[in-house]
Amino acid sequence: MTDSQNVTRAPEFEKNRKARNLAIALSLAAFVVLIFVITIVRLGPGVLDRPM
Amino acid sequence: MTDLSVHVQDGKHLGEGAYAAAPSWRDYVELLKPRVMSLVIFTGLVGMVLAPGAIHPLLGAVALLAIAVGAGAAGCLNMWYDADIDAIMIRTRKRPIPRGSVAREDALFFGVILSVASVLIMWLAVGLAASTLLGFTIAFYLFIYTMGLKRRTPQNIVIGGAAGALPPVIGWAAVMGTVSVEPLVLFLIIFMWTPPHFWALALYRNGDYEKAGVPMMPVVAGKQSARAQILLYALLLAPITLMPWFLGFAGLAYGVTAAAVSAIFVSLAGEVWRLGRKDEQRADRAARRLFAYSIFYLFILFFALLAERVAGWLL
Repeated sequence: MTDSQNVTRAPEFEKNRKARNLAIALSLAAFVVLIFVITIVRLGPGVLDRPM
Repeated sequence: MTDLSVHVQDGKHLGEGAYAAAPSWRDYVELLKPRVMSLVIFTGLVGMVLAPGAIHPLLGAVALLAIAVGAGAAGCLNMWYDADIDAIMIRTRKRPIPRGSVAREDALFFGVILSVASVLIMWLAVGLAASTLLGFTIAFYLFIYTMGLKRRTPQNIVIGGAAGALPPVIGWAAVMGTVSVEPLVLFLIIFMWTPPHFWALALYRNGDYEKAGVPMMPVVAGKQSARAQILLYALLLAPITLMPWFLGFAGLAYGVTAAAVSAIFVSLAGEVWRLGRKDEQRADRAARRLFAYSIFYLFILFFALLAERVAGWLL
């Protein structure tokens, strides 16, 4: 068995990593929503109104 | 610098590059200097409210968020660059990087991502003027203040103070798309307030700065010279705080408030200088009082501007 197979992490490590990943996911989602909202507010219905 | 040592906790091997406890999201929030951020949000909001234009409330909120995130990113990049001296100073040694909670390059990455995102969001939400100003502020704080001035000259926070003074200008530009004399007066108030604020802190943290080799004014010019300069700045700042009233974009209520709180600021600065000639310890305690009051002072000035404008809308 190699050393790396023996690696175990402290429960706090896993907990913190999970919370951090969740925070990153939420931030990314918020960023997407923000861009969407800005687009709607700035362009309004005109967002679909462009010559084809 | 990523910690590549092998961590062992409770006899368990945590693996290379692992931290005994992975950084929590709270460590990252701490990198944004939330207390500084709150003052920046507030002065930015006042800049927006005083601007004689209209902005969609949602876009206004997004612009404010961009100012907040941009300021946080600048603070984070400052902590990335200054991690070595932060570890030496008592006031800063518990920050996330020196205490080993966040790796240095993770802070750099976090700061860069947030800087780019804040400038981009500002540009999309309100336009080029405010986003350019925001980008300039972050770059100025990092390249001019943190990397250029902080470790080289006692004028570090005098010139570097420009970065902290820009948020109301950014707020104004977010609404108007341009900059005029009114936001520049707000800029001047914060710009002139910054040296006495930081030198008061440096007076009672003198040893800290000396140990870290940061040439703050009290370290380089001596404490009594710094006290005299604090008093000088306080005297110069007092009439500048009245400019919004003289120029007509603030009313009598603001003028009276500004005169009163400025008089107290000058008197506290005078006390620091007077005590400095007789008793170092009492002068340091007075400097601590001046530092605490300086935060209240700036808050009251901007709150008076805000309250007067909001009252004008309601009445």
